[in-house]
Amino acid sequence: MPVIEFDAVRHAYPVSGSERTVLEDVSLRLTEHRVGVIGANGSGKSTFVRMINALVVPTAGAVRVDGLDTAKDARAIRRRVGFCFTDPDAQIVMPTVGEDVAFGLRRRGLSKQEVAARVDAALEAYGLQGHRDHPAHLLSGGQKQLLALAAVLVTDPDVVVMDEPTTLLDLVNAHRVRQVVAGLRQQVVLVTHHLDLVEDFERVLVFHEARLRFDGPPGEAVEAYRRLVL
Amino acid sequence: MSALAVYVPRDSLVHRLPAGTKLVCLVVAAAATFALSRPWQVALALGVVALLYGAARVPWRTALDQVRPLGWFLGALAAFQVVVAGWERAVVVVGGMLGLVLLAALVSLTTRATAIVDVVVRSLRPLRRVGVDPERVGLLVALGIRSVAVIIELAREVRQAQLARGAGSSPLAFIVPLVLRTLRHADRLADALVARGVDD
Repeated sequence: MPVIEFDAVRHAYPVSGSERTVLEDVSLRLTEHRVGVIGANGSGKSTFVRMINALVVPTAGAVRVDGLDTAKDARAIRRRVGFCFTDPDAQIVMPTVGEDVAFGLRRRGLSKQEVAARVDAALEAYGLQGHRDHPAHLLSGGQKQLLALAAVLVTDPDVVVMDEPTTLLDLVNAHRVRQVVAGLRQQVVLVTHHLDLVEDFERVLVFHEARLRFDGPPGEAVEAYRRLVL
Repeated sequence: MSALAVYVPRDSLVHRLPAGTKLVCLVVAAAATFALSRPWQVALALGVVALLYGAARVPWRTALDQVRPLGWFLGALAAFQVVVAGWERAVVVVGGMLGLVLLAALVSLTTRATAIVDVVVRSLRPLRRVGVDPERVGLLVALGIRSVAVIIELAREVRQAQLARGAGSSPLAFIVPLVLRTLRHADRLADALVARGVDD
């Protein structure tokens, strides 16, 4: 598994003359296959996972993925770390399903045949094979989230980061996404408010008021989260 | 859900034509529109467009969807032309515009966005020497095509929220949230593009 390291990480946004700290003093090393991240809204968990993909670079400290520093090697890191957002609509770039999955494979030096084969395989894996030429915006919410996943996984990243992938989904589609996550060979770092989604993960991090307040097995993490917020 | 300018997969001669050829034909047709001066010429041009839709096996309902948003504009233009220049001129101007919009829509309906992007990228390659990044311009074109559906959907959501909250038909209550939602979407899309390696 890849190694994700946070070394004395702090992050703050400038807000009208002062600054707002959204992450404070985070140091950890993630080597597990599946890592969950839970916490209340505004606790810093989304900022935390965005740092893994170099979407956010820390104000202080360092984030490394397999030894690559996100502040210096963002491009190399993004080839290793795929990112799935809460709202799949915001990450669909191309008008049709097949074209959107193929989008991530451009500039990779692959032949047209190879791209087509990889797109077909990805669509098949996520139950979208009949939708290749369909307009992406006409898919259901669940299908859009599966498309977003397929578009990330077709590039074969080593790490998949997901920021609340089931928040906008109904029970059936959330279950489908859960099954997909369970079957991934990649290291997964998943932020969620659906606590049952991380119950069989190896490690769960609990964020509260910009700090990492618990780091351990899922059952204890959920208990710690409840104690913090209820 | 809107079917505006969305690719319709079919196995037809129009679909199989190279994207570059279709775009050149569109430019030629746009130029030829200026040469139309008689209603029978406009009728002939619209007949050719109708034949092309038939050849492409695009449903009539989909064809109508492409011009429906322009209904008010074309109606107002026709009324203005009738008053100012007479009915013949109105038929030529409105008919020519209608045919051109239908033709442009036919290109979108029968051509994958990636094929259009490829043509743009290839055409702009010589401009690389003066600092133009053809891949970025191609991406802009793709995002433009995709954004049509996104903004229509956002507008529909805003309209429904407006009605649910009893805001009636206030233009301000429609435009402000639509602009804010569009900007928020653009912000999220920018993050997604970076995450998907667009700056590679």
